Amino acid sequence: MQTFSGFNLLRRALGGHKGWQPQWRTPEPKAEYDVIIVGAGGHGLACAYYLAKEHGISNVAVIERGWLGGGNTGRNTTIVRSNYLFDESAALYEHAVKLWEGLSADLNYNVMYSARGVLMLAHNHHDVQSFKRHVHSNRLNGVDNEWLSAEECKAFCPPLNISSMRYPILGGALQRRGGTARHDAVAWGFARAADSRGVDIIQNCEVTGIRRGPSGAVEGVETSKGFIGAKKIGVSAAGHTSVVMAMAGVRMPLESFPLQALVSEPVKPAFPTVVMSNTIHAYISQSDKGEMVIGAGTDAYTSYSQRGALHITTHTLDAICELVPQFRRLRMLRNWGGIVDVTPDRSPIIAKTPVPGLYVNCGWGTGGFKATPGSGHVFAHTIARDEPHPINAPFTIERFRDGFLIDEAAAAAVAH
Amino acid sequence: MLIISCPWCGERPEIEFVYGGEAHIARPADPSALSDQEWADFLYNRTNPKGTHAERWRHIHGCGRFFNAVRDTVSDFFVATYKPGEPRPDLSQDDAK
Repeated sequence: MQTFSGFNLLRRALGGHKGWQPQWRTPEPKAEYDVIIVGAGGHGLACAYYLAKEHGISNVAVIERGWLGGGNTGRNTTIVRSNYLFDESAALYEHAVKLWEGLSADLNYNVMYSARGVLMLAHNHHDVQSFKRHVHSNRLNGVDNEWLSAEECKAFCPPLNISSMRYPILGGALQRRGGTARHDAVAWGFARAADSRGVDIIQNCEVTGIRRGPSGAVEGVETSKGFIGAKKIGVSAAGHTSVVMAMAGVRMPLESFPLQALVSEPVKPAFPTVVMSNTIHAYISQSDKGEMVIGAGTDAYTSYSQRGALHITTHTLDAICELVPQFRRLRMLRNWGGIVDVTPDRSPIIAKTPVPGLYVNCGWGTGGFKATPGSGHVFAHTIARDEPHPINAPFTIERFRDGFLIDEAAAAAVAH
Repeated sequence: MLIISCPWCGERPEIEFVYGGEAHIARPADPSALSDQEWADFLYNRTNPKGTHAERWRHIHGCGRFFNAVRDTVSDFFVATYKPGEPRPDLSQDDAK
């Protein structure tokens, strides 16, 4: 692997930038691997990277139906934060934020993690109480989060309109270590680093079946490029998890919904932070290219169509125009949807399954990007050791049977 | 926006309706006889198919009544709508195209 450094950049520049090599190989699949990961999104690639780096398992294939990072990794709104209410969630997402902080150096690839702050706005008395509860809960868990008055919100993010609106801003919860990262660079960085450690990334190869032996344990996957053997299979297929797990005969507590996002035309730096409003249902940040990146909740019905209804987007833009009146004349450039797999308690599943050798990392719903490095890290531990890391131990499938839900659905500070 | 055909009111725009999740999940006849796993299956586990899906809808800004629909989750095309209590229409995947 060619490392990126000031010296190397200068050397390649003097050579007319002709000496750069591809960032990862395009291998044909081998007959058998130690571990197969289904899905080359951020989570799957991160898992492969940490399997090779921390557990010495580099005979790994990441199998991807399309191109790497082309699913929800390339479709999300790139927000990173860890201000979740419950202990289990705070530990999981904080684990990820700590990895984000050193990720560019670890991967030798600039993932453009920018801790510009995530500000969650309160518009009514219930929001104020709920967010203050979050601030206190986060403090007890060692997660930074602080309460700002409406005036302090305005000072932190001057474009905000705090008063002349239908639901005036009463204050906000600010996580300063939250922010954004460059979504494509995260997939590319993990792919490059995993590939350099011997992981095969096999793109344009659809998994069509999971083969199980007489004991019920997995033996490998049927794909559009033929059978590939493995004793351990990790499913990291986001919105298509139900489809892949059905190949092994496992029914999942998941429903797949379209989640839309859109970006404006690029403008000069005008919006310094990430602002989310659960109550009037929108969030916004500015990408390093200058586009305003906007999103909100999922569409109303399950679908695999990767597009959603226009009235959902319009509703989101109504809220943005109220929050930031100066953006009313911005034109929107692109609008798209991704398919997110939602669990009944809005917390993910990172666990062993009833099928021996089959592991699943799913249910991230509307907020999986922020967890990418942490999710991959604990999923790699779960696969390598055949037991969960203490951080993902509560995130089992059996929690729905046993009644140990991690019910962020009602209590999260998230906009869905 | 989708046009959805309410079995009582006819074709109406999507915003008049709310989605009600997977259809034909009957409440257990003898709840106390169920194991924890059977409760989890009833409450949480879903088919979530990529293809035709039988699902409940409610015409909340119209007649207010529930009904069932078969929709292709890849194209969002409604293959059929039918009244509650009626069996799921026997439709092949081709009908969804």
